[in-house]
Amino acid sequence: MKKTYYNPDDLKKFSSITEWNESLGEKFFEYYTSVFKEGHLSAREKSLIALAVSHVVHCPYCIDAYTKDGLEKGIEKEEMMEAVHVGAAIKSGAVLVHGVQMMNRHDQLSM
Amino acid sequence: MATKSLKARQNELSDTQRQLDILSKGIFQDGTLPTFKEKLNDYQLEDIRPKALQVLQINLGYMCNQVCAHCHVDAGPDRKEMMLESTMEDCLNVMRHNSIKTVDLTGGAPEMHPKFRWFVAQIRAQTTVKEIIVRSNLTIILANKKYHDLPAFFAQHKVHVVSSLPFYKRNKTDRQRGSGVFDQSIKALQKLNEAGYGKEVSNLELDLVYNPSGAFLPGDQQALESDFKTALKEDFNIDFNHLFTITNLPISRFLDYLIASENYNEYMHNLVGAFNPAAAENVMCTNTISVSWEGYLYDCDFNQMLELKVDIEHQHIRDFNLEALAKRKILLSQHCYGCTAGAGSSCQGSIA
Repeated sequence: MKKTYYNPDDLKKFSSITEWNESLGEKFFEYYTSVFKEGHLSAREKSLIALAVSHVVHCPYCIDAYTKDGLEKGIEKEEMMEAVHVGAAIKSGAVLVHGVQMMNRHDQLSM
Repeated sequence: MATKSLKARQNELSDTQRQLDILSKGIFQDGTLPTFKEKLNDYQLEDIRPKALQVLQINLGYMCNQVCAHCHVDAGPDRKEMMLESTMEDCLNVMRHNSIKTVDLTGGAPEMHPKFRWFVAQIRAQTTVKEIIVRSNLTIILANKKYHDLPAFFAQHKVHVVSSLPFYKRNKTDRQRGSGVFDQSIKALQKLNEAGYGKEVSNLELDLVYNPSGAFLPGDQQALESDFKTALKEDFNIDFNHLFTITNLPISRFLDYLIASENYNEYMHNLVGAFNPAAAENVMCTNTISVSWEGYLYDCDFNQMLELKVDIEHQHIRDFNLEALAKRKILLSQHCYGCTAGAGSSCQGSIA
């Protein structure tokens, strides 16, 4: 067993998940490919959304993949960082909005 | 950023055999990745065979006013190799006696060759070649007063200008091609527009070439063309016809960069992983012959830089034999993955 849970080389083996369940694996990759095709949103916009979400879900494989994908699509580093901040703002906002629940509970329990 | 060629720096990669060793050993020798021939075989493509010859790509010499970080030619001001006039006459002779649709002039900066203008004029005067392409680095137009009238010269001879511009913003362009290159390129593009290039009403074609500025592959050509057109029009009122996306092949200075930045293995994995059999059937070596400044013939410009001459008995332009060339076996190595990745890559952009 390796000493770390994450191995960068595992990203290259992503498609091998179909080996243990071909039907579900192939359905996933078909869905995944369809999602990222040019649609009402451009492939460029989807790449930036994916980059932001990658950070929010703390996925190092996804950060690797969508940084490279952004470079390939001509997305600039300033745009990438703004996207990461959008993700961070939602994440921190999601934490802070629970503060209202805390305030409600506090007031309910306090004299 | 280096200001001298690998050759002038006596870098080990100026030895083409060293480059070929790197490309055939390591991850390709230990079975981590399939060789290009093995990959072709996986898709029942035994070899890449020539189709009808359409393009004669002529390298006039390796001298250039720029020293770009990705240059596969290892061109620069310190490179003095230049085609002799007698070799240019040999090229004209081939054009007169064979059906060549397109002549593609490259370098270095081909405009720096003292006989460049004479050669272009002779191609127009002596041959029935339909299209003359000049691969211009743009900055040459402003580099010296003697080049300022190049746009007018190009227009006079209906030259199809294909210009390198790695990105529509300053930072990425200057990182790849040198400080100040972006501003000079923009001025040169404006001068080409003034001469009628890239305008819908004229038939003077101006295409741009996009090379990724790093260890990644080019994105979708159509999407990038749209981004380039919007940005260059809005920011600088520049028009052009098409954008060609070209993959950086792992040879010469780009190979040096890949190794120095520890990106070589990953980049080769990317190229192999993106292998596209449809692109493999349309690679440019199937319809192009590359001629070196010395007059030797190659399957493509990249094989020229790796000193892999065409695999036939007579390898010089003065002994040009179309029949033998049509039957030749194209020489392949792992750098060929660069032309078959994703949507494919050629001097005319994506191919699949």
